[in-house]
Amino acid sequence: MSDALTMLRRNVRHTLRNPGAMIMTIGLPVVLLLLFVGVFGGALNAGLGSALHGGDYVDYVVAGVLLMTVGYGASTTALAVNRDMTAGIIARFRTMAISRASVLTGHVIASTVRTVLSTALVVGVALLLGFRPAAGPLRWLAVLGLVALLALALTWVAVAIGLLARTAEGTSPFVLVVQLLPFLSSAFVSPASMSAPVRWFAAHEPYTPIIDTLRGLMLGTPVHADGVIAVAWCVGLALAGYLWARVLFTRDPSR
Amino acid sequence: MQMAITVTGLRKSFGDHMVLDGIDLDVREGTTFSLLGPNGAGKTTVVKILSTLIGFDGGQASVAGHDVARKPDAVRAAIGVTGQFSAVDDLLTGAENLVLMADLNHLGRAEGRRRAAELLDRFDLTAAAGKLASTYSGGMRRRLDLAMTLVGEPRVIFLDEPTTGLDPRSRHLMWQIIRELVAGGVTIFLTTQHLEEADELADRIAVLDRGRLVAVGTADELKRGVPGGHVRLRFGDAAGLDAAARALGDGTRDDEALTLQVPGDGGVPALRALLDRLERAGVEVEELSVRTPDLDDVFFALTAREAVR
Repeated sequence: MSDALTMLRRNVRHTLRNPGAMIMTIGLPVVLLLLFVGVFGGALNAGLGSALHGGDYVDYVVAGVLLMTVGYGASTTALAVNRDMTAGIIARFRTMAISRASVLTGHVIASTVRTVLSTALVVGVALLLGFRPAAGPLRWLAVLGLVALLALALTWVAVAIGLLARTAEGTSPFVLVVQLLPFLSSAFVSPASMSAPVRWFAAHEPYTPIIDTLRGLMLGTPVHADGVIAVAWCVGLALAGYLWARVLFTRDPSR
Repeated sequence: MQMAITVTGLRKSFGDHMVLDGIDLDVREGTTFSLLGPNGAGKTTVVKILSTLIGFDGGQASVAGHDVARKPDAVRAAIGVTGQFSAVDDLLTGAENLVLMADLNHLGRAEGRRRAAELLDRFDLTAAAGKLASTYSGGMRRRLDLAMTLVGEPRVIFLDEPTTGLDPRSRHLMWQIIRELVAGGVTIFLTTQHLEEADELADRIAVLDRGRLVAVGTADELKRGVPGGHVRLRFGDAAGLDAAARALGDGTRDDEALTLQVPGDGGVPALRALLDRLERAGVEVEELSVRTPDLDDVFFALTAREAVR
């Protein structure tokens, strides 16, 4: 456990010293939020109609931007893990008598905490833009829990990708997927307005139930079964990512 | 005396490619052992196996008294590794890198800081202690790398081409530190392409070529076994060279440089006899140089291959 704390300290330092990662995890989501609310908001406001439940577009879009934030955070982690691998520092850790999991645990905890903080910032900016959530403390707690769980899930997958990729460029498919999936979900527009195949995809991909759950929690509307599906997706992804990362990390690097 | 490293019949392939084909070696505690070999001979593979980074297919290996395959954690606790490419954390300062190692070695806060400061001083890095490692020069990174390896006071240290690409000053600092470590009882397993380095540091040397050890011994033992010593004579003109070649009967002549290379060990009686013969033939020698076999000769003789094919 103390090894994991040491690694966590290392990763926190990295975050503070890597302005690129800071911009990616905090700056980009905020820009995206401004873009969607300020540029597309007016047009989408009219188009979404009943899906807004009488609110403003900013109320609709916050949940989607939160997911984008988590995705960016995970992408940064995939890069950081990959840099560790390629720079040889992991080789050094492997020849030391330390808990092997601590290297990855350090990354995962740091990344999850960083991502949750970024999402808090995004919510703050959204409030300034006119976001009017209707959630009580319990619902906010549930939002926090789900965001943290999703961050944990995507981070474990990101760690596996970072371990798998031979170069930093190799992590880009992951980045693409986590950034594209929200567009094919209920993040920015209601799937009801999409063409049939896209609508089918949007209904079955993990982001839609997670976004719908977050949105429902924040806006005070009913969550239904989405909540269960969302948590199941997160737990499943976290477990799959964790097991995959563990296999990749403990395998003989010569094979 | 105890053996720090024992390897018998070590085999390793990457797919179909046999990298190590039955290696046997012993390294006594408190000595420096150097593994020499051309690029791709398998030196780094040996280091990776012995430092528990990768597995192997056959044979046995033990380091610091622990079986590498069965007790990797015990091996890890006793070793330090400085590889070919610096394994330092670029986003941490030099001092922070050392404190990170101290924390991972569970040295405690005060002791960790003390050791970090001591190592920074020893490796001439105190002035750069507060700078990020990414701003370090190649030599500084390598020194920091070795300093990080030393934080845990390992009993056996693997150095994989530790001075490749270093300037002479950094290289000599490395050598001096290696000597101090050995004087303190540490065992060094060194791979290198610099024969001078092996000659300078190693108690015993093994030459690895295409996955096999082709020679093991002290530098002197290895040198004794190979030809390569000769006397080189230079003459003022072509006539002199012709006359000398006739008088001596053997040797390799170079008409352009006006030199004649005669095999010989360079001992004084042999030299005197050589000069007597030349004087009797009335040949004037402009310049004479003696070359004794060095590890380069050993290296080339043992690892000679049909390279240009």
